[in-house]
Amino acid sequence: MSASVWAAVWLSVKVAAWCTVLATPVAVPLGYLLARKRFVGRSALALLLFVPLVLPPVVTGFMLLSVFRPEGLLGALGVPFTFAACVVASFVVSLPLYTLAVRQTFEAVDPKYEEVARTLGESPMRAFWRVTLPLALPGVLAGATLSFARALGEFGATAVLAGNVEGETRTIALAVYTLMETPGGDTDARSLVLASLLVCGAAVLGYEWLRRRHRARLELPG
Amino acid sequence: MTPFFDMDARFERQSLSLQTDARHLAIRGRSGIGKSRLLRIVAGLLDATGRLRVGTRIFFDEDTRLPPNARRAALVPQDAVLFPHLDVRGNLGFARGVETSAIEDVAAWLELTDLLARAPRHLSGGEKQRVALGRALLSQPELLLLDEPFTALDRPLRARLAKELHERCAAKGIATLVVSHDDAGTPHLTGEVYTLDERGLQRATEDPVD
Repeated sequence: MSASVWAAVWLSVKVAAWCTVLATPVAVPLGYLLARKRFVGRSALALLLFVPLVLPPVVTGFMLLSVFRPEGLLGALGVPFTFAACVVASFVVSLPLYTLAVRQTFEAVDPKYEEVARTLGESPMRAFWRVTLPLALPGVLAGATLSFARALGEFGATAVLAGNVEGETRTIALAVYTLMETPGGDTDARSLVLASLLVCGAAVLGYEWLRRRHRARLELPG
Repeated sequence: MTPFFDMDARFERQSLSLQTDARHLAIRGRSGIGKSRLLRIVAGLLDATGRLRVGTRIFFDEDTRLPPNARRAALVPQDAVLFPHLDVRGNLGFARGVETSAIEDVAAWLELTDLLARAPRHLSGGEKQRVALGRALLSQPELLLLDEPFTALDRPLRARLAKELHERCAAKGIATLVVSHDDAGTPHLTGEVYTLDERGLQRATEDPVD
């Protein structure tokens, strides 16, 4: 296996890890709010979250580029065609998946546990930390795994916003795409396909294991 | 002097009025009449219109609403609602500032000493009810809200615990509000008995035999 293959795998894992770490403090509160609270703009927010999930990722990438291009709203950050661009593109594409998974997780936690904690003297915040979050934790971790897997496979938005710079923004998906157009690139492409199958397979198995733990913790069937 | 329990509330079409200096109340009514709902209103988990004052503290009135965690009104739900991620010890000691010796004392009283390390899903219904009772008692409440608290216990244990719970509450100055089904009866809880029906709360004509 060539060095560029390893570079692509390592880069993809780094991007997906950063993306998941950065998405967690957004997805957890957002998923909780959508599951438990009634507020103005709740439906609009839920719909907005669906947009990157259903839009072609290339279109999402195009919209991101128009915000981050030098003349754009956030042009001063100098994001396009850097490692940060990979993270931003994966973040936007995988956040909806993460948030929706977290939302479902919190919806499965009966509010009665929180309520009893309140009557035992706990503030809403402490009841969340001591009861609701621990009960939802396996589900939240499952959502993180799902988000990680989605970020790992990101192609469209990344290609537009981050380009295809070897060692800098060439993730697994982009490397496979490049190798397919390169004469004699088949061997490396196959290694990459195998690598992504392995990593994604592990992520999906991890997701299923965590999902079952979550159900067991809440004493739900299956 | 204003009465200890001073409630003049309304939920939908039900009037919930009660003025008494008794600190131990039992409320009976058929199922579905709103007994659990009444406890939720007192605990602050459900909003009703009107006012409620217990002792010197206003739980709610037209202008204020004390959050559940400031009411010191611990709920013992009918189905126990133990925290599934904590063992029996963790559940008993859930409230802040509970000392180990207090957990062990209450566990011994409720015959839970051998079960302290057990997960709630491996407890019987009666054991769960006892843990929920101990957990509420250990949170140092001023008011204990009990929803059919002894239904899953066998008769001798039920009689002993009801009597001793009353003694413990009396010793610590904890007021109690027990709701139970018509047939279940509340023969071992001293105090005033009320009935809850479609119209609201009425003082029962006969007090329980103690």
